Amino acid sequence: MKRIASLLLLAVLVLAGAAWADSALSLNGAGATFPFPMYSKWFDEYHKKNANLQINYQSIGSGGGIKQVTEGTVDFGATDGPMNDDQLKAFQDKHGFGILHFPTVMGAVVPTYNISGVDATLNFTPEALAGIFLGKITKWNDPAITDANKGVKLPAEDIVVVHRADGSGTTYCWTDYLSKVSEEWKNKVGKGTSVNWPVGLGGKGNEGVTGTVKNTPNSIGYVELIYAESNKIPYGSVKNSAGAFVKASLAAVSAAAAGAAKDMPEDFRVSITNAPGKTSYPISTFTWLLIPEKFSDAAKRDAIKGFLQWALGEGQNYAEALSYSRLPKEVVAKETKAIAKVQ
Amino acid sequence: MATTTTTVPSAGPVAGSRSFLSRLIEGDEIARLITFLFAASVVLITLLLVFELWQGSALARHKFGLNFFFTRVWDPIFDQFGALPFIYGTLVTSVVALAIAVPLGIGAAIFLAELAPQKISDTLQFFIDLLAAVPSVIYGLLGVFVVIPLMRQYLQPALKSTSGFLPLFQGPAYGVGFLTAGIVLAIMVIPYIISVSREILLAVPRDQREAALALGATRWESTWKVVVPFARGGIMGSIFLALARALGETMAVTMVIGNTPTISASLFSPGYSIAAVIANEFTEATGDLYLQSLIELGLVLFLLTFILNGVARLLIVATSQKGGGTGHA
Repeated sequence: MKRIASLLLLAVLVLAGAAWADSALSLNGAGATFPFPMYSKWFDEYHKKNANLQINYQSIGSGGGIKQVTEGTVDFGATDGPMNDDQLKAFQDKHGFGILHFPTVMGAVVPTYNISGVDATLNFTPEALAGIFLGKITKWNDPAITDANKGVKLPAEDIVVVHRADGSGTTYCWTDYLSKVSEEWKNKVGKGTSVNWPVGLGGKGNEGVTGTVKNTPNSIGYVELIYAESNKIPYGSVKNSAGAFVKASLAAVSAAAAGAAKDMPEDFRVSITNAPGKTSYPISTFTWLLIPEKFSDAAKRDAIKGFLQWALGEGQNYAEALSYSRLPKEVVAKETKAIAKVQ
Repeated sequence: MATTTTTVPSAGPVAGSRSFLSRLIEGDEIARLITFLFAASVVLITLLLVFELWQGSALARHKFGLNFFFTRVWDPIFDQFGALPFIYGTLVTSVVALAIAVPLGIGAAIFLAELAPQKISDTLQFFIDLLAAVPSVIYGLLGVFVVIPLMRQYLQPALKSTSGFLPLFQGPAYGVGFLTAGIVLAIMVIPYIISVSREILLAVPRDQREAALALGATRWESTWKVVVPFARGGIMGSIFLALARALGETMAVTMVIGNTPTISASLFSPGYSIAAVIANEFTEATGDLYLQSLIELGLVLFLLTFILNGVARLLIVATSQKGGGTGHA
């Protein structure tokens, strides 16, 4: 009896020891909610391959991610909108070295609408979208909308605009696009995770916007492509910079990134909205990991570099199953070079 | 009085002869100390809260000063922040909620305490307590799936056609807005009013009722003219408990209010409340001034609650004196 007990004790100790060794190295990150399903899949898969590395990620929002990585409470951050110059400077001032942006996957934002008696996929010009969200186009039968939708009978009803009420990367992408296509939007409203909306109702989260659009006749809102796809929400096509109406799809988003690749700055802080290319979907965005340039702990540095390498290569194969667009090879090549900057 | 003064000196030496140590060992002193610490911690937490909010909003307070209270713009891009639409939204939704919940709640409490048979009263009380414990997000869902469609299709058109001449009921009917938020809040706070008021009414001494009945009052007269005034202080308390809940409610409000910082006389208009904007924007607030303005909004909400509670105390004191006066006469 005693021997069994001591054997059991030994087994427990060995297992505990193994578990201890297992979690010997852990990396902590925090930030954007949009890529959370992708990241948790990646961290899980990567852990299966590298049993002694555990990566934890808290999806607290891009703002929180930038703040925490700047304060040094996490090893890396993640964001849906690139850090601005002030934020980069704040990081530099605090740590004495910089922080790098690494695009990981891409997403898109789509216009969704609910118009009585209209089932067709609508075409939206940039002018129409900006006009509607500025509150200048107020009726569905405005020529700015009907001209791009010949053959669709649009009612003479007031347009109800629905936007996100909570701060989000989705709003960043949407307002970034509107800022690029409309000078007035840029000067009056600007781009950000929350803005001062000229018109409209606010819904909380993708589900809040979708719910309000579904509930409100003659309304228009915007949601993430992933959300629209997985919930079978109808959405419209948008005219891109080459003049073609493109309906959002994983391939159309990748095309936008490929179109933007050749002018991509070294720090990857670039918006790919309104990207060139005939097949590019114009309201697309990267989501970034924020990696400090220097790690005092060499093991952590090697672990994060190894992970980045994997995420850019094999990791990309998991993207499409989760409805994210994979990075085009031009961008992957550039990023692979940039990994060397992490020291 | 005379008897107490004679007993105190005789008890005094006995108590005094017990040393602090023996009182400590017997537990009296320990119990006193521990309970004192618990009570003091409440004050401490309140002070810490104010301190944190004050400290955390330094930048915003410095930049906007008192203008923060009177500015209507909330623009995170151009760093312009004002609390007025949020204060307005918080107050309007709470007032609408109380205007609906107070008559309903007190009426129901009178029925349960005074008129209903014991069995029915106890059964209903069970359900009311259950309602009071339902998480607010559930009420929010009720708002989204039931109240908003009802508002847009029936209630708002009906109000428009019957009382559309009032500025309160004008403008497009989106379904969401001040009125909807007020109604959802009313549904949430009614259980509090009923539950507390019923207990208070039940605690009114029997002889009050019997005296009224003996003087020839009817059952309703004894209830309305004697029991309810006697319980007035407690009923007020229940109303202010409800108000406090309405002011700070976040989830249910943000789901139905429309989340647009507007000031409009129309109850149909979408609005925004302090608690809702903090919850919505805090996680993604990147700029320092932006974040601190949100924290200052928290301070404003605290202040608002503080002032309203103070007013409530005064009101209770004033009315209970009046109630006592008529009671004695």
